Amino acid sequence: MEAWLDFEKPLIDLEKQIRDLESLADAGHPEIGEQVEKLKRIADKKRRETYENLNRWERVQLARHPLRPYSLDYVSMITSGFTELHGDRLFSEDKAIIGGLAVIEGHKVVLLGQQKGRDTKENLSRNFGMCHPEGYRKALRLMKMAAKFGKPLVTLVDTPGAYPGIGAEERGQAGAIARNLLEMSRLPVPILVIIIGEGGSGGALGIGVGDTVIMMEYAIYSVISPEGCAAILWGDRGKAKQAAEALRLTAPDLLQLGVVDGMVPEPTGGAHRDPRAAAESLKKAIVENLDTLARTPIPTLLKRRLEKYSSMGTYIE
Amino acid sequence: MNWFRKIERGLSRNDKRDMPDGLWRKCDGCGEIIYERVIHRNNWTCIKCGYHFMVSAREYISMLADPGSFTEMDSTIRSVDPLNFRDSKKYTDRLKSAMKKTGLSEAVVTGTCDIGEHPACVAVLDFKFMGGSMASAVGEKVARATKAALEQRRFLVIVSSSGGARMQEGILSLMQLAKTSAWLARYADEGLLYISIMTHPTTGGVTASFAMLGDIIIAEPGALVGFAGPRVIEQTINQELPEGFQRSEFLFDHGMVDMVVPRTKMKKTLVDVFDFFGDIEKQVEEKQKPAILKTPPHIEVRADRGANGPASGNRE
Repeated sequence: MEAWLDFEKPLIDLEKQIRDLESLADAGHPEIGEQVEKLKRIADKKRRETYENLNRWERVQLARHPLRPYSLDYVSMITSGFTELHGDRLFSEDKAIIGGLAVIEGHKVVLLGQQKGRDTKENLSRNFGMCHPEGYRKALRLMKMAAKFGKPLVTLVDTPGAYPGIGAEERGQAGAIARNLLEMSRLPVPILVIIIGEGGSGGALGIGVGDTVIMMEYAIYSVISPEGCAAILWGDRGKAKQAAEALRLTAPDLLQLGVVDGMVPEPTGGAHRDPRAAAESLKKAIVENLDTLARTPIPTLLKRRLEKYSSMGTYIE
Repeated sequence: MNWFRKIERGLSRNDKRDMPDGLWRKCDGCGEIIYERVIHRNNWTCIKCGYHFMVSAREYISMLADPGSFTEMDSTIRSVDPLNFRDSKKYTDRLKSAMKKTGLSEAVVTGTCDIGEHPACVAVLDFKFMGGSMASAVGEKVARATKAALEQRRFLVIVSSSGGARMQEGILSLMQLAKTSAWLARYADEGLLYISIMTHPTTGGVTASFAMLGDIIIAEPGALVGFAGPRVIEQTINQELPEGFQRSEFLFDHGMVDMVVPRTKMKKTLVDVFDFFGDIEKQVEEKQKPAILKTPPHIEVRADRGANGPASGNRE
């Protein structure tokens, strides 16, 4: 697969070389063993150097990695049962967002997740994970179902942004997102939000208001894409790297800014290097947080949720 | 020689600043040159073509509030630079020059006033202050105005004009969408009425939060209103946008706004709606009467909200 990022490539090549040598050693060339050990040490060092010093732009690329697990990948790995539900009952079915009834370690939850496509064909139907208003309205319908039946809501955020197109505007993209923000702020069930990949502005926030908001280690969450920001403020999309630095959009940044409540560790190199381990880590975080939220009375949750969002932002007076 | 200098100036700057400041203005809609005071008297609209000039937050408040009734709140709230953001300029420098240019401390002015003798809270965005963008301070002031309206049982009016989020505050700007919407939810839960007025232009995060959450949504004629800006959409779909796309009338045709109202009729429209829904304070007093609490719920609703049904609320 030729999907590796530039900064991953040397490490990937090295790992392949090690695997080749190992199979050679297994095939009756024990003298190669020493060389393999040496290469492994080099690889370990290289891995540390690469991933301990990632700049923000590199993290953006990891969050968008074509091999990164998407919502349905996680659903298949973390749920013991998932019944997908479709449609907004108003206009159409938006495949850029999936939703349904999920069981995670005994927790029965309504689960929503933005869904990117793995190849061109799937991306056409998934619209690259960019929702139309009908996607946000499907989400709202399922949120209300969660509230009606007293089930917690878990949302997986992974979108470049809400779709900017003619139909989206005609059918009220802004209003659909705004409505979700309002309803999520008072939905009388626990809400757990996890940014698993790209948190693209209002398109992400449209399913991203919750009691607890956490981020995967290499996910990003930003008010605008680095490219978009660069185009507006630097007048050059090519300055995305600078914009990414300025926007402070990584998981550690958002933890520091108090916008997210926790960070879910990923395998070294990112979730795509070991999707199963990433899913285990995610599942653990979901279960822990759901346990905590389930112990809190709903009126307390709602009061805290309002306080949480009231306290966001920095200003002087 | 006077005429010679005029030509020189005309060559270098061919815009409305050619005219003596504050006396005449050229209409951006029809090109007519109009006496500034006449535009002012006509609520900053062109007497010839009805074009709506961009107005400051304070000017807009003066059009809506009963004379002498406006009291500003939270005027000392200011932005800081939480990300230490710098593009071609420092954010702090951009803030300083916006303050100097507008005389405002931030991109929104909030306060209490009477509108047609009805108690109201208003929040008016000012596009000239960094494009009316949603700073933390803006979100905070809008949220506090909503809270004040809730606590004092006032009607809420928010007049928007905004390019969207304040990029220089990164994710903290985005969080203001959630903050303002959360307070509007509480306000709606109290059965209070919120009117959103959208002026040119209202896009991005402001549209995707409070501007689209009014019980009643009003747009000024010809205002650009949308989620994504037209340029972004054009680049995404790689085709030209249809004539009138994302203008108030387009939103009206698609069922996204209740009415398109020219500024000259804005106050009267608000007062008519407020008259219909009545005096909120009076409703509260009645709500608090213990006798009503003892009557069956359906009668209570009729008693404290009148025969015309619920006072308001974007509850569903």
